Order: sequence, then structure tokens, then C-alpha cells
Amino acid sequence: MNHDIGFIKDWIEPQSRVLDLGCGDGSLLISLQEQLDILGYGLEIDADSIRSCVARGVNVIEQDLNKGLKNFADHSFDTVLMTQTLQALRYPHLVLDEILRIGSRCIVTFPNFGNWRTRAYLNFRGRMPVTKQLAYQWFDTPNIHFFTYADFEALCKERNINILHRQFLANGFPDKLLKSPWPNLFTEIAVYHLSR
Amino acid sequence: MSLENSNDRRDPEGSVGHVTPQKLVVEQPLRLACGIVLPTHTLVYETYGTLNQSRSNAVLICHALSSNHHAAGVYEDDSKPGWWDHYIGPGKAIDTNRFFVVGVNNIGSCFGSTGPTSVNPETGDPWGANFPPLRARDWVESQKLLMESLNIDCWAAVIGGSLGGMQAMRWSLEHPDKLLNAVVIASSMKLTAQNIAFNEIARRAIKSDPDFCDGHYLLEDKVPLRGLALARMIGHVTYLSDELMGQKFGRDLRMGDLIQGKTDPVEFQIESYLNYQGDKFSDFFDANSYILITKMLDYFDLAREYNHDPVAAFSHAMCNFLVISFSSDWRFSPSRSQEITDALIAAGKSVSYIAIDSEHGHDAFLLPNQRYQDALGGYLSRVADQLEGVAP
Repeated sequence: MNHDIGFIKDWIEPQSRVLDLGCGDGSLLISLQEQLDILGYGLEIDADSIRSCVARGVNVIEQDLNKGLKNFADHSFDTVLMTQTLQALRYPHLVLDEILRIGSRCIVTFPNFGNWRTRAYLNFRGRMPVTKQLAYQWFDTPNIHFFTYADFEALCKERNINILHRQFLANGFPDKLLKSPWPNLFTEIAVYHLSR
Repeated sequence: MSLENSNDRRDPEGSVGHVTPQKLVVEQPLRLACGIVLPTHTLVYETYGTLNQSRSNAVLICHALSSNHHAAGVYEDDSKPGWWDHYIGPGKAIDTNRFFVVGVNNIGSCFGSTGPTSVNPETGDPWGANFPPLRARDWVESQKLLMESLNIDCWAAVIGGSLGGMQAMRWSLEHPDKLLNAVVIASSMKLTAQNIAFNEIARRAIKSDPDFCDGHYLLEDKVPLRGLALARMIGHVTYLSDELMGQKFGRDLRMGDLIQGKTDPVEFQIESYLNYQGDKFSDFFDANSYILITKMLDYFDLAREYNHDPVAAFSHAMCNFLVISFSSDWRFSPSRSQEITDALIAAGKSVSYIAIDSEHGHDAFLLPNQRYQDALGGYLSRVADQLEGVAP
């Protein structure tokens, strides 16, 4: 993901406890540690990512999100982060409940399926979109749910999840210019700050 | 087919080479957890690598139930390398080019340090079964006396597998300012009922040997070899996984066959292997030490004095932690390591947890494994970088 989500540091208290679900090589946690002196932990299952976290001094816990997060107590973190993972989970709505149980606040990011490129791909080619944000063939993709930011907000409403902040990201042209007037058409990545 | 024999075939590269054990007579009295005071005690230990000028690069290796101070390298008259030679040496995960590594034989054991085979100065006879009961904290206190005699103020890391991991955790609570890192491998905050059950079966096996003589076999000039071999056979089964035993031995026969109409004796490979392991073990280990140390394992309960709350216990720790488990380890299962990790996270301590896929059961912590090596090596390499001022 080449979208800069550095702005989320404004949503996180200095020296707070942060859990990053699917932390990759730990880059985000390192930058939050450097800027906000947070106490961060990352969950990860990819061996190479884990190795690089360990080498860089990031607290990394080898644990599979899909097998539950019951080992984490209620409100044991100030912020739970989950970047570009929601669409790959078996039951996203249940995981949302879980992360809002563990974290007082949550930050989630996901690819917006409402972007005009995916719409056009499906409309005109009649094939499932393979784009920069969703770069897999339908039969072999980690992304098993496709939804737009409007779908996500409907889910939040239904499950009484408060949206504290939202930020729409787009790097491409003309997406970058047009995402403000027409967010669902031009947003590539949606970023939400949530609480319950 | 012996697992241990595979050591002999390994590439000698990266070995610390010839090593010589050293002996320390600690003149300071050691008050044990049971209240008994050892006025003096002897510790046998080995060191590998060089202590740096600021004496900050020392690493303590804590052994488990049956091993000892000989963790790496070889003796001049014995080509079998130390028990953790896969992981200790120049360029290895515990890199002796960067760390000063200390392996010590703990009290109550039987490799030269004070234990049941030593002479009780009050009676002039071997302690035997009268050796005082020990707790993991007694090992920690005795290791601290060794640390002081080596003029080391703080360990860069205390590392151990199984019972060794218990010592590393105890170190972090008893002397939080005396270590920067604790590496806890295939360990647990306390044994399960099943663990204790297996230990008791092993102890019963030893005590049932007529040569045990209520633990005073040395005075009678006897050795309960059969009982100790049986105890080890039971233990050994619990250190391996069903899967690995199936792969290595299956139902292969060592002699005879199972064709009907034959009366020749039949022996499975696994029978022969286990008997060999048991006999080999009883030749070098002491039965009273086995009883003493298995009890020590049973008694260990990290959070007992912290209201049985592991989070409260770990809140006293000041070091960083690395926790490692192995998938097929059913003696100290990955869930036990996950519990340690969860408690450390809840206590706000720095911790990484690596769950290694391995078919080798509990023994995996002693055996070569690339991911294990990478995790341990990667973690310690950063520790060394920090000591050398290269990493923040």
C-alpha cells in the first residue's frame, strides 16, 4: 500500500497502548513509537514479516486473527489498528466487534470497492476487477469481501459503532482531485476512526 | 536412530572449539527457599566468548532437567558437543563473537556442582535423599552468586528452554535490574496436572528399584539403574511427538517378524530406541537429582506469591522478553507460552512471541530449526547492536 496514513498519528494519544492487527514488517508501529512514544504490539502470521519485526525491535506476536482475539482483555488497548485486513477476514463484522471490545478506539482501513475503476472494470469488461488496490484474480485472492465505504458506514450504523473520523485517500488521477465531491466514486482507500 | 547421535554428524563449523569447565567454590552462605542454609557450595561452569570492557555482554544459559554447564564446544577427550551447540558459537544465534556466554551446572544436579552426590559436611556422607528440596529461585540465587564472582553487574540476556525458561522468568521478577532480556523457550508459568503426573510416575519408577535403598544407594554401594532408566524412558516419550515417533520408528521391527506360526522374539525399533536411551541416561545421571529436580519443576508457580495473578507478577519485571514455542510440544504446549505472552502484554512489558512449526515435540528447543534460529539470532543480534551502540 503506497497510501500515506501518517495522519492517523493525530488520532492516537502519546504514550498510549496500541495493538496493530496484521502489522507487516512493523513500519507503522515504529513510526508511531518514534513520533508518539507509544507502547505498541503487532499481530502477524507471516514468517518474513515476523522476522523483520524482531530484527527491528518491534513487539510482534505470532497469532492468527481468524482464530479469535479472546486472549486480549476488554479495553486492554487505547487504540487497535487494522490496516487493509477487514476485506480478508471470514467474518469482518465479528472482528469489528472484537477490536472494539479490546480497544477503546479503533482505526481501520480498507479498499473502497465503489471506486470508479473497479466499477468500470466490472461494468465494461464484465470481469471481476484486478486493480492496484485489489491486485488478485477472483479465484486466488485473500480479499474475500468486496464493499464500499457506504456499505461500511451502513454496517457501523446497524451495529452502533461511532465514527469519530473518516479520511478518504486516493493517489491516482483524477481520483485525488475528485474524491472530495464524490467520495464513493474516487476513494481508493478509506480510513476510519471508530469507537463504541 | 538416536536423536542425540545426530549431534555428532553436524558440521563443526561455528564451534567454540575446545572448552574446559571451571569450578567456583562459593564461600557465601546460600539460604534456600526451604529455609536450610548451604554454608558453601560448588558450581561448575563454562564460558564462551569474551567479556567486553564494560562487562555488559554476558549471557546466562539456564539448563533444564537433565543437562548441565557443557552447553557448547567440545572437551579434548570427548567429541560430543555441548547440549546447545547448535545455537551457541561464533556466528550462531547466541553469537560468541559478540556475547560472553556462561553455562552453569545448577545445585542439586550431578555434574560437579553441589548436589545429592556431594558430601554433606555435617555428616561426612553423601547427601543422597537428604539433600534439601530446591526451588527454581534457589538456582537463580546461586547463579547470582556466580554472576557476582565473575564481576558482572547485569546480564545482557538470561536464556533458557523448559525449566531453563522458568529460571529466566524467575530472574526477571527476583532481580529485575540484573537482566536486560529474558528469552523463555518451550516453557510454562507452572506445570499442569498431567505434567506432575508424568513426573510422579518417573519418581515412582526410581523408588521402586530395590537398589534405590530409600535414596541412600551410594552408602550401600548400589545404583538404581533400572528405575532411573525407566524414569527416563517415560520422560523421553513425553519429549517427543506422536507424529515424529511415527515417522522415525513407525511399527518397524528391529528383530523377529509377526508372521503366524513363529515363536521367535519380536522387538519393535521404538522399544530398542527407548531402552537404549534409558540405559544411556542412567549411566550418567543421578537418581536423587532426578527426583529433586522433577519436584522442583512441580513446585514452580511463577505467580504464586503474586496472588496467583501472572500480570501482577510480571509487572515487577523490567527486561524485554522473547517467548518461543513449538507446535508439537505437548509437554509444554504453545498455549503455555501464549499465556506467558498474554500476561506480559497485559503487564505492559515488551515481548515478542514466536510460534515455531516443528514436529520434534518438546525436544525441538534443542534441535536445529531455521525459523527458531532466525528468531533467536535476530532478537539477540539486536541486543548486541544495542550494547555496541549501533541500534537505538
